Amino acid sequence: MGTGSREENASKQRNEPSIVVLKDNNALVIHALDDAASRLGLHIGQPLANARAMCPDLRVFDADVVADAKTLSDIADWCDRFTPLVALDSPHGLFLDITGCAHLFGGEAALLQTLVRALARQGFAVSAAIAGTSVCARTLTRQATGIIVADGGEAEAISSFPVSALGAGEAITTGLRRAGLKTIGDVASRNASEITARFGARFSTLLAHALGQGDAPINPRKPLPDYIVEKRFAEPIATDTMIAMTLSRLADTLIASMEKQGKGARRLEAAFFRTDGVVRAIMVETGRPVTRSAVIDRLFRERLDALADPLDPGFGFDMVRLSASRTEIVVQEQRDLDAHVHDNDELAALIDRIAARIGGKRVVVHLPQDTHIPESAVLAAPAQHHLTAAMQAEWPARVESEPPLRPLRLFDKPEPIKVPFATVPDGPPHQFTWRRALHAVVRVEGPERIAMEWWRQDGKQLTRDYFRIEDAEGLRFWIFRDGLYEGEVFDADGSPASPGWYVHGLFA
Amino acid sequence: MSGARQSALATLRGQIERIETAEVVHQQDRVALGHNEVDGVLKGGLARAAIHEVFCEGRQGAAGTGFVMGLAGRVSAQRPLLWVRQDFSEIETGALSMSGLAELGLDPRRVVMVRAADVESALRTSADALACDALGAVVLELWGDVRQFDLVASRKLTLAAQGSGVTGLLLRMAAQPLPSTAETRWMLRAAHSPPGSASMPAAPWSAWGAPRFDAELLRNRHGPCGRWIMEWNCDECQFSEPSTYSQPVAAAPAHRPDPAVPWQRRTA
Repeated sequence: MGTGSREENASKQRNEPSIVVLKDNNALVIHALDDAASRLGLHIGQPLANARAMCPDLRVFDADVVADAKTLSDIADWCDRFTPLVALDSPHGLFLDITGCAHLFGGEAALLQTLVRALARQGFAVSAAIAGTSVCARTLTRQATGIIVADGGEAEAISSFPVSALGAGEAITTGLRRAGLKTIGDVASRNASEITARFGARFSTLLAHALGQGDAPINPRKPLPDYIVEKRFAEPIATDTMIAMTLSRLADTLIASMEKQGKGARRLEAAFFRTDGVVRAIMVETGRPVTRSAVIDRLFRERLDALADPLDPGFGFDMVRLSASRTEIVVQEQRDLDAHVHDNDELAALIDRIAARIGGKRVVVHLPQDTHIPESAVLAAPAQHHLTAAMQAEWPARVESEPPLRPLRLFDKPEPIKVPFATVPDGPPHQFTWRRALHAVVRVEGPERIAMEWWRQDGKQLTRDYFRIEDAEGLRFWIFRDGLYEGEVFDADGSPASPGWYVHGLFA
Repeated sequence: MSGARQSALATLRGQIERIETAEVVHQQDRVALGHNEVDGVLKGGLARAAIHEVFCEGRQGAAGTGFVMGLAGRVSAQRPLLWVRQDFSEIETGALSMSGLAELGLDPRRVVMVRAADVESALRTSADALACDALGAVVLELWGDVRQFDLVASRKLTLAAQGSGVTGLLLRMAAQPLPSTAETRWMLRAAHSPPGSASMPAAPWSAWGAPRFDAELLRNRHGPCGRWIMEWNCDECQFSEPSTYSQPVAAAPAHRPDPAVPWQRRTA
């Protein structure tokens, strides 16, 4: 587990004391400081005015909390290379659960060294430690770096540390000091009930965790994928062919390990770790569990081709990881005899490819809804997830030997039309203007009255009278009067007004 | 030197010949539309495994859509239909309505819609889809004159269609016909409902009937062109000669089906 703290790079070179200030309760207080400043006796939380009085030639920077959080999250992305379980410990700590991962990096000590060196090279001041519990490791990093505590040695390792290393808050730390308990060992030597009575159950839990008795769970940033395969390179790769080849090899390995358990992938993520620490993750989803590496290969090729900001290898990628974050058990179907199964598979594969290219929400199938309101009678749902449901949906039956009752093209939002005032009340218009063109009505069918759904919260809308209209050119419209002639539409004074007319669709 | 040139020329000629004969072999597969004259001109019907273009003016968009849907319904034969459209055309002529599709007698369950953001992705998606033999037909709906859809793009679509046997239908609204590799090219307008007979003239309040199209065949690679009034018969799912009356003399009652009665399953 490691803790990285931000430091101003510029100050290191000049050796001038520099601090970062943050506005707190209308006063600028020190948020972070470098070694030179801390040697002068400045400390975090001190007002800037006081610090200036002590040291007039301070270099002062404004804190940018959002950028700090972003940096920490980027570092966490980079740390994904060590373990999939990385948790944020704001404002500037990270927990890495390296259970079962250390041997891949040559043991705990080697892992710690690799991590600290790489981060230090990027200009970060790092304090890192490994311990059996997260709280103990955090306590260790507050005091020293590079400590590795074996299981059971937690209490002994931190007993000589000052109580402030526990990070229990200003009030408790001061309280402990006043009680004469200077080190963690002193506190631990007291009876637990005394500590709880004086400082609360929360602090005694924290103390117990720090001493290795139980642990607080960490909260990893990403859910653990079901399967992970990765490839590291001694020499970073940068060319498209190499990247494609790596991905297809990884896909082979991934499929092989999933096959053993009869699983197929529904969501796949490829993460590209650049040598300079930038990590880019690309995700593809499929409608059915994928069991062939060629399919994975093709999906990623489509996705990489269509990226709005292409994958930038910079100085090269030193690691590529492919993980299946959602998997499903595959039901084996006999393919050769049943052409129908083959067709559905082909269609699902095509939909996956198109979705990988232009986005899953842009490929839709339609499900009927049980409502009379025309604009909500059909629900468009992503085809990847609802293909089977849509194929089996039951649509209302057509009335035999009737002309079409619903238009072929429907406007999302009905478009207002201008209807001259002189029409029969409740009747259709003789002519109307739509999109600046005048249409003379030749034939009319209707009205078909559609009342709104009064039993719904948002259903208190006007009743619509729909007419099917053919104009002098043979164009056919579906228009409606929004509201009954009397009793539904009122103007601002409350007197009855004439309802508006809209065109809602076009018939073939 | 000249011998080498001769043989190169002969190879190229041979290749061209092979390409063209392949085309002819594929286009044996034709689907009758139901309108006798049109089927005669098309030598038996609309060719599968080819590209057909349907043009219409912007305001005739619904007529064009109806005609394309009719063609797609004829050629796709119970297989899925992929409809690719640009975002823009939905604003101009409205979205394709599945209820309206069902009213034409076609099956909305078989339609997969791709909402492409721009022309490039629409073209690429349709070329991909045309190569997938699980589909019955691919409809590409483009609005306006599209620079990206040139002879090369059209050729790509044709080759993909020939390879897989899937029919490609292009709905070009508000666009001018340009040279392309399409098998047929149509110009569509909406046609009037029948005027009624002398004994019973159509009143302005009388109902209009099945969708009628004024279809002009502008180009036909293997036959003459022409212009016909075609009517879409929603019950039989095919085109037919225009009828004299808009509706059967005894009209079916135009009320909603009783919701208590279980919905009849459509046989399609």
